[in-house]
Amino acid sequence: MTESQFTDIGGVPGSLTQTGITLKYTFLDYFRSRRFYILLSITLLISALLTVLVGYYRPASFLSSDLSFYSSWWGNSVTYIVILSGIFFGGDAISGEFQNKTGYFIIPNPVRRSSVYIGKWLAAFIASSVILMLFTAITLSNGLYYFGLNIPYQFFESVLFAWFYLAGVMGFTFFFSSLFKSGSYSILVTAILFLFAFTLVQTLVSSLVQIEPWFLVTYGAEIIGNVLKSPYPAHVSTASFGPGGGTTFTVYNATIPEGLAIIAVYCVATAVLGLILFERKEFN
Amino acid sequence: MKSSIEAVNLSKKYGSFTALSDLNLKIEGSKCVGFLGPNGAGKTTTLKIFTDLIRATSGEALINGMNVHTHKKQALASVGALVETPEIYPSLTPREALMMLAEQRGVPRAERNKKIEEALSEVQMGEWIDKRVGKFSKGMKQRVSVASALLSDPTIVLLDEPSTGLDPRGMSEVRQIVKALKNKKRLVFMSSHLLSEVSEVCDEVAIIDHGKLLVYDTLSKVTEKFSGVGNVIDVGFSRPIQDVLVSKTISFLGDVVSAEKMDDRNLRIRFNGGPEAQERILAELVKTNMGVLSCRPASSALEDVYLNLVKDTM
Repeated sequence: MTESQFTDIGGVPGSLTQTGITLKYTFLDYFRSRRFYILLSITLLISALLTVLVGYYRPASFLSSDLSFYSSWWGNSVTYIVILSGIFFGGDAISGEFQNKTGYFIIPNPVRRSSVYIGKWLAAFIASSVILMLFTAITLSNGLYYFGLNIPYQFFESVLFAWFYLAGVMGFTFFFSSLFKSGSYSILVTAILFLFAFTLVQTLVSSLVQIEPWFLVTYGAEIIGNVLKSPYPAHVSTASFGPGGGTTFTVYNATIPEGLAIIAVYCVATAVLGLILFERKEFN
Repeated sequence: MKSSIEAVNLSKKYGSFTALSDLNLKIEGSKCVGFLGPNGAGKTTTLKIFTDLIRATSGEALINGMNVHTHKKQALASVGALVETPEIYPSLTPREALMMLAEQRGVPRAERNKKIEEALSEVQMGEWIDKRVGKFSKGMKQRVSVASALLSDPTIVLLDEPSTGLDPRGMSEVRQIVKALKNKKRLVFMSSHLLSEVSEVCDEVAIIDHGKLLVYDTLSKVTEKFSGVGNVIDVGFSRPIQDVLVSKTISFLGDVVSAEKMDDRNLRIRFNGGPEAQERILAELVKTNMGVLSCRPASSALEDVYLNLVKDTM
């Protein structure tokens, strides 16, 4: 006999309702937390710096066209905001239940662990979305100031890709959060992977070994910036440096379908693996 | 249907270490059962399996006949539990934290606020109801956790050392809460290191050591069978106890094994036999005209049992 997702069991709400309840109170906890305001401040600081620098120096790379403006402003920054959001809200979302013992308050109740996991995942996604929305609004405000209502459609595509990437990053951070019982470990590992390790591996395998790094989510996420370039970068290109041809480097760019597929696989696979780990993990 | 919790061949291993070994225990009805044992005996492990915090290596944990692991929602629907010292999301208030559980447990919307206020008042946290938990002391958080276990008016209450972290007043309040649960015909299963607490509030006792159940029976039968001296009661008098009366009369009453003055007005009597023997002894004491004021089971009786059964600790 399986437990119902939709209907009450002995007065206890269905699992979907319980997921919503977990989402509501976890989001309330995030919304009041110090980390939310720290991330908000970082986002505002990045936005303020860009606003002042572009306004004062008027760099051609930003202001030569509407597309180059959005590419330089949004395309270069948003992935970092997505990664930071994932780390801030997802990094210890599950491991914290073990380390901080909050799980002892929730788990001994008639609620399935999957409801807790999915509710927390959605809460982290929504909290991150608030930050991302703020950055989007500031980007748009500056874009409107310099280029009026000429907002390239590629920007809206990029915004959608960024949100999709956020889901992928969140799945990944929840996976590591489920893997470790220490919040510090899960945050540290996720930060190192996304901010350094993936980029390093990507450079090594593509440039030196000439293998397309299709297995890295950061490679797939390049579509967020690339879609704002005209024309869209070639899938494979080579560049030579040094005298007499020197060393040849191969540069790979994920196509949009390929990038979306990579992010989707990461999102689903890591989120599901994280859920399986959480279901099996014990509160020792 | 009677409330029941049942461990069937329940075992838990961590590598080569056996935390729980083929535990078979069935508790049903409305009563309070104390769960005793030294550190590492398997008490918390048992309660964690019954609340799905950990999985059994083998065997089943059943609540009202439902397997806790495979049918968690049905099994825990009528259970209020407090295991170890839970933490609550620091930015929530007790009202919000308990509201979350009330919603998760399906407490009707119209009753939620009233039940939350009642539960928090019962643990003396009423005036902190809208303050953020992050600023609370460990004892205050424990009180909120106790309130959370009572919130949905459960028919079965599982408590793992509920007095941990509480001051003497808090401990007393927890005992009163457990007594009130007994009066409301609830089934309470409570682990504790405080033998006096168990003596005072529990009807039955289960003692576990090295993951194995040593004994499970009523408090009086366990003390009678294993303490070696039968039962022990502490009797209080309104007038000073005369030594001669103790040595010449009380010590020679039928079933009395020994009578020992604790102080000027309190006497500890060890005797063989059950409630009938106790009734006869008390009747004789009343006849001495020393003014019998009180009588309660001495915690040392349970202590004797505990020390006899649990020879060493881990």
